[in-house]
Amino acid sequence: MEDALILEYKVHDGEFQRAGEVSSDLKKKLKAMGVPMDTIRKISIAMYEGEVNMVIHANGGDITVEITPEMIKMILADVGPGIEDIDKAMQAGYSTARDEIRNLGFGAGMGLPNMKKNTDRMNIETVVGQGTTITMEVDL
Amino acid sequence: MTIKEAAAILDAEVLTCEDRLDQEIRTLCGSDMMSEVLAFTQEGTFLLTGLCNPQVMRTAEMMDLMCVVFVRGKKPTEEMLEMAREEGLVILATRTGMYNACGKLFVAGAGSGCI
Repeated sequence: MEDALILEYKVHDGEFQRAGEVSSDLKKKLKAMGVPMDTIRKISIAMYEGEVNMVIHANGGDITVEITPEMIKMILADVGPGIEDIDKAMQAGYSTARDEIRNLGFGAGMGLPNMKKNTDRMNIETVVGQGTTITMEVDL
Repeated sequence: MTIKEAAAILDAEVLTCEDRLDQEIRTLCGSDMMSEVLAFTQEGTFLLTGLCNPQVMRTAEMMDLMCVVFVRGKKPTEEMLEMAREEGLVILATRTGMYNACGKLFVAGAGSGCI
């Protein structure tokens, strides 16, 4: 992408306490750039859900954010177990989260539907046993 | 109803942002599931929750919530309070349980519910 500002982040494996740090940093940067608050909120929700998913399900991973005057693109890539059935995973209420995660307030099965709801385009590429890459775009 | 008035109804302790208690409450939500809060609440919502971990603060930050009340005697850590202060988020704590806390605010006409 020409003239894109690229931000790169690491999401750490198993550190549930730290989940959300990437989303928080991105939100602060977008605020400083003057992106409208409604747009920031949508991006923040999508990013946060994605980031938490990476910790809960996938042992962490890498997040790349590309910002242009027209769009914000978020690429969330992990080398976790992959998603067996994407259609099922996209259903509200369906979750493969462990009980300990539900006790932490997540695992309600709203993550992927929430990410789709708050972005303009979302694509999931996944291979079971190898990992998942989710790309989301929000128009500015 | 302001946050100050809600705190009095709930007999709640104010733990952060004592200078922001005059804000008017518009929408409220009672939930222990942060995934639901992310899916169904609006910015500026007044949240009651029995879940007490740093992810509640992150959820509040992402959603731009106005206030979080920890019910049934839950007390946030100093780390969580610091996260709240950075965001200007009012934190209250009450011994009242979730059902009674929501009920008292509802009956007093606090605002409309999200979920």
